[in-house]
Amino acid sequence: MPILEHLWIIPLLPLLGSAINGLLGAKWPNKIVTSVALGSTGLSFACALEAVREFIAGGQAPFRKQFFDWIIAGNFRAGFDLQLDQLTVVMVLVVTGVGFLIHIYATGYMAHEGGYYRFFSYLNLFMFFMLILVLAANFVLLFVGWEGVGLCSYLLIGFYFLKKSAADAGKKAFIVNRIGDFGFMLGMFLLFRAFGSLDFQTVFAKAATWQPEAVGQFGTLTIACLLLFMGATGKSAQLPLYVWLPDAMEGPTPVSALIHAATMVTAGVYVVARSHVLFTHAPTAMYVVAIVGCATAIFAATIGLVQPDIKKVLAYSTVSQLGYMFLACGVGAFGAGIFHLMTHSFFKALLFLSAGSVIHAMGGEQDMWHMGGLASKIKVTFWCMLFGTIAIAGFVPFAGFFSKDAILFATYQSEYSGKALYAVGLVAAIFTSFYMFRLIWLTFFGEKRYDEHHVHVHESPGSMTLPLMILALLSLVGGWFAAPALWGGPNYFADFLAPVFGNAEAPGGEAAHSLELTLSIVAVLAATAGLIVAWRMYSGKVVRGTSTGLHKILYNKYYVDELYQATIVGPLVWLSRNVFWKVVDVGMIDGSVNGIAHGTEAVGDTVRHTQSGNVRSYAVWVIIGALVILAIIFWPLWRPAFFVATSGGVR
Amino acid sequence: MVPTNYYLILSAILFGLGIVAFVFKRNIITLFMAIELMLNAVNLAFVAFSQSLGKPDGEVFVLFVIVVAAAEAAVGLGIIILTARNRHSLNVERVNLLKL
Amino acid sequence: MTAPLIIFFVLAAVAVFGAVSLILQKHPIHSALSLIVVMVALAGLYLLMGAEFVAAVQIIVYGGAIMVLFVFVIMLLNAGEEERTNLSRLATYAGIPLALALAGFIAAAIARSGGYLPAPAPNGALTSTKTLSMLLFTEFVYPFELTSFLILVAILGAIVLAQREN
Repeated sequence: MPILEHLWIIPLLPLLGSAINGLLGAKWPNKIVTSVALGSTGLSFACALEAVREFIAGGQAPFRKQFFDWIIAGNFRAGFDLQLDQLTVVMVLVVTGVGFLIHIYATGYMAHEGGYYRFFSYLNLFMFFMLILVLAANFVLLFVGWEGVGLCSYLLIGFYFLKKSAADAGKKAFIVNRIGDFGFMLGMFLLFRAFGSLDFQTVFAKAATWQPEAVGQFGTLTIACLLLFMGATGKSAQLPLYVWLPDAMEGPTPVSALIHAATMVTAGVYVVARSHVLFTHAPTAMYVVAIVGCATAIFAATIGLVQPDIKKVLAYSTVSQLGYMFLACGVGAFGAGIFHLMTHSFFKALLFLSAGSVIHAMGGEQDMWHMGGLASKIKVTFWCMLFGTIAIAGFVPFAGFFSKDAILFATYQSEYSGKALYAVGLVAAIFTSFYMFRLIWLTFFGEKRYDEHHVHVHESPGSMTLPLMILALLSLVGGWFAAPALWGGPNYFADFLAPVFGNAEAPGGEAAHSLELTLSIVAVLAATAGLIVAWRMYSGKVVRGTSTGLHKILYNKYYVDELYQATIVGPLVWLSRNVFWKVVDVGMIDGSVNGIAHGTEAVGDTVRHTQSGNVRSYAVWVIIGALVILAIIFWPLWRPAFFVATSGGVR
Repeated sequence: MVPTNYYLILSAILFGLGIVAFVFKRNIITLFMAIELMLNAVNLAFVAFSQSLGKPDGEVFVLFVIVVAAAEAAVGLGIIILTARNRHSLNVERVNLLKL
Repeated sequence: MTAPLIIFFVLAAVAVFGAVSLILQKHPIHSALSLIVVMVALAGLYLLMGAEFVAAVQIIVYGGAIMVLFVFVIMLLNAGEEERTNLSRLATYAGIPLALALAGFIAAAIARSGGYLPAPAPNGALTSTKTLSMLLFTEFVYPFELTSFLILVAILGAIVLAQREN
């Protein structure tokens, strides 16, 4: 059946699953909830595969269909339009595929949790919104998905809503995202004003005819791109709006894997890549994107060096890797950025799910300083995690090598301080390797730093280990699309995305090819350096020292949260409490409403005195009334001329 | 001959005096008499117009006014008697049970 | 100054004097007697205008019946001099000005519009008893019957009101 004609089925299936589980699942046993959730997601994945097959069979012609009109106001039309082109193919497959695997994992991880049905309802709802986001053919529908995933993120981070820290983390995520969304909306408004429409097709076609703006010139396109990027920094946790992502680790681990590693946080990268036409015409914006991405990469990596919590390390790692993706987009290598998005979703999801497996094995313990020597006990988890670590560090032939290498190569060649950015990116790569292997050694090797009587380490059930193994395999082979480029063959991935991004990223000629080879070797050496330092410091007997000086600053995340609290949150709360509440709400609004009541009471109290029961007063009132009526009737008579001597007087 | 206006002005004066009496006197019976005074003033005006215009209808109406005044006086004085018995006072200001 | 005019002014003065006396007297019986003076003066004015039937009815009904009733009630209730209470500030301060304003207004209106009406003159047959009664029993027979009904109701009312509670 032609799925492409009915593209809406792909997002609709998870929505149905979410609705069924949400409305009816409260009384159902876990098995039924599981089958509904897995069934809807799995079917969606199958439909996505079929859609991709049809797409390829149809000669990879970009497909776009308007399903129904949503908003029509004057000249503006925003419809429920879905599209499928090469970029969407990559995103849809990542979202549905990795999403499906994580759903399977979650059935095992959350098996003994309360609110099982609620979890899967939210998770399916998230899939729906994410698919809307990637399938949308105009900015408005994309924004619907954008906001929706933010909502689901809030719901899922605060899943354990009885825990204050979880509820606070959910609020923080939503509010920080909202700040970014403000920028995104302004960007959309600006685009509408400039192009008269928000359809991708129309906007990008018109923008392509514009003159690229000069560096340093803040024209319409630059400002719009910067505003869209502001939204991306919120959603994809870049400086300065990254602060919600580490706190989001309060949510269950499958949530961290799906939303905060593989899919939602990549929405920002997707938007930048989708709008590449706009960005390439605004070099200033691209420069900003590259710098922010690079800065975030190194910043987060430094924080990750010293974190004790296994999930926090992975969270900062995610922020750092997202920085790499933005760095790629900033230097014009959009294909490389998307490639890294894909490989990152594989190995980061793998890492998070493995961490979840470790936490499950340790009965809920998340502090690495209370682990150790687990390699022999939870073998499958260990090997999967090792695969993920090697992938993220960037060793050949794992997936991370190819994608990171592509990014660093493109950065090196960029004409906007490419060499400097490259250097910073390389240092960040060293740090990445270091903290990941630190994690491995602390968790799986050395002596056990936990009490065996309280913690019974056991391997996770099959529902959890199976997705781990599949993801581990993907982390190994996922980069092989681009492998042939190493020995001069075609880069299948970049070629696949070339129709979308216009310029092929094929480096021209032999000189560029050998440069690429050199840089790849440098990258592998960097990763090895990190590995060696971690080995020297954390294998064998490890002693946890006290936190002083630089270590303390890194450990406390550069005190950024405290800074925000003091400069922004604190004053706002003070303002709300003392001005908006006490003055405006209580004083003015309540005051005016109460004032009306008091006024009425006062008026009544005054007028009451006319009812004196005294006949003489009433008589006077009658006279007054009679006078008024007479005056009105005889108005022509008693105009001021009246009191002058008149004709027809007394004879 | 006396112009009509003179009668009408006299009627107005008597009417005004009746109002003044009604406002200022405190004895219920006196109040009632003030009402009678006002009615008389109006009668005067009726008769003046009737004679002036040559239509006897005004005088017939005066007869009706007098009859109604008589009926009103009868019932009204009956009420006054009862009120005076209940409130033990003929001061209209003492009859203020409708005070808020 | 013709004779009718002089008589008019005299009778008018008496009427006004009686009305003022009604206001100024403290004892209700004196006020009642003042009112009788006013009514007699008005009867004289009716005669001056030529409405002899109305004048007669005025004396007989108003002066002879209603005012007598008033005097009887005053004597029955043993009304004494008036109390000097002054509970209504509105009446005290606004009473006279407003009343004078009303009266002045009406008088001024009359004076301004005067001159159109012929002076009242005795019209002989036009306002004789015969003519009046013809009118009363033909054109105004409906109000006439109603007034008789009204008097019946008044009698019943008076009887009910005057009953003692047993």
